[in-house]
Amino acid sequence: MLTKRIIACLDVDGGRVVKGVQFENLRDAGDPAELAKAHSESGADEIVLLDISATQERRATLLDTVRRSAAQLFIPFTVGGGIRTLEDAAAVFSAGADKISINSAALADPKLITRIAERFGSQAVVVAIDAKRCEGASSWEAFTQGGRAAAGRDAVEWAREAEASGAGEILLTSMDRDGTGAGFDCELTRVVADSVRIPVIASGGAGGAQHFVEVFRDGHADAALAASIFHYRFSRLADLKKEIGAQGIPVRWPC
Amino acid sequence: MIAIVDYGAGNLVSVKKALAWLGAECAITSDLEEVARATRVVLPGVGHFASTKTLERAGLKQAIADSIGRGIPFLGICVGMQWMFERSQESPETRGFGVLDGECERFPASVKSPHVGWNQLEVDSSSRLLRGVPSGSFVYFTHSFRVPVSGATVASCEYGGRFSAAVERDHLFGVQFHPEKSGDIGLRLLSNFCEL
Repeated sequence: MLTKRIIACLDVDGGRVVKGVQFENLRDAGDPAELAKAHSESGADEIVLLDISATQERRATLLDTVRRSAAQLFIPFTVGGGIRTLEDAAAVFSAGADKISINSAALADPKLITRIAERFGSQAVVVAIDAKRCEGASSWEAFTQGGRAAAGRDAVEWAREAEASGAGEILLTSMDRDGTGAGFDCELTRVVADSVRIPVIASGGAGGAQHFVEVFRDGHADAALAASIFHYRFSRLADLKKEIGAQGIPVRWPC
Repeated sequence: MIAIVDYGAGNLVSVKKALAWLGAECAITSDLEEVARATRVVLPGVGHFASTKTLERAGLKQAIADSIGRGIPFLGICVGMQWMFERSQESPETRGFGVLDGECERFPASVKSPHVGWNQLEVDSSSRLLRGVPSGSFVYFTHSFRVPVSGATVASCEYGGRFSAAVERDHLFGVQFHPEKSGDIGLRLLSNFCEL
């Protein structure tokens, strides 16, 4: 049976994994290559590396980080953050990424999705959508620039356009839940997952195994991503998969 | 030397990385002479079945056919496996290699397509490629079209009905999933291929 994927995300700044606490106090959480390998060995189905470096100087180390991380990784590996052109994407693929994730650049120019998909295949193109609930409504707006600016687009409609443009997967982050540990936004995830044919990765709000069970069962997610709950304690990933599996969700375990 | 045939579709770095990890000498190439000299040929592939047209135009189809004729082991991955068959519903006007009988088909409307993620194999224990890979093993798939189960099938997978996850005939091998992205199980398979 096709299993639900549990994806470990590494937020990287200047070549180091960082963990934000309430979007401040970025704490050093280790070497990306070592953490990626450790997560893979403890049962992660996929690794996402997001470069959150604010400056060009710190971003310059990204390709080296990707190369080192990819060297010992034999599960799918996605890289995002700051990819604005086909050439940026090509460089990241050459360094060993299997998929790239694009967000602001795709909103600014949806044809970028098509260009990368035509060269590298749709399976290699993940469109990341940062969605924020419109006050008091069951609708969500897509945000750009790392959540700093409203894009003026309905998140569901944007997901459909991204699919039509050639995206292979949607990485859907609930800005309302991100960093809270209060659980994924199952309603947002379900609305988007039911609107597209491509897989939807839920993100934002993971705090425990029950949240994963809910987003797979009620949110119709194909995969779920988390960062901070996996940091510092790798063994939790394996425990988490066992717990999710015990509740009847198909997961790759043992693996 | 293992030739990883490059026909301009997709990213072949991961395949090379996995083979190199196993200690195999390999090169990504579209050079006809290099393909002719290779002791193993791997044809990866992503994206659209129509992209395999390049193989014919570039003379690579003939080079691969010659190599197979000399008994050189061949491994097709994903679209590379689909290309081993006669045709695909994805691009009816594109001819496949046709070394195996059959046509690649769509998934039924009852399941989401593409089929992306880790799914389990039902393995025929006589397979040489899958030696040491037990039934129930998880491997990573990402594809929109599939090859029906046939006499060449040595592993099948369930997603909207069973389909061919791996095929094998003589020294011809094909896998629909990505061994280079399938953890230890995938490395085992690639290691088997290197040792054939």
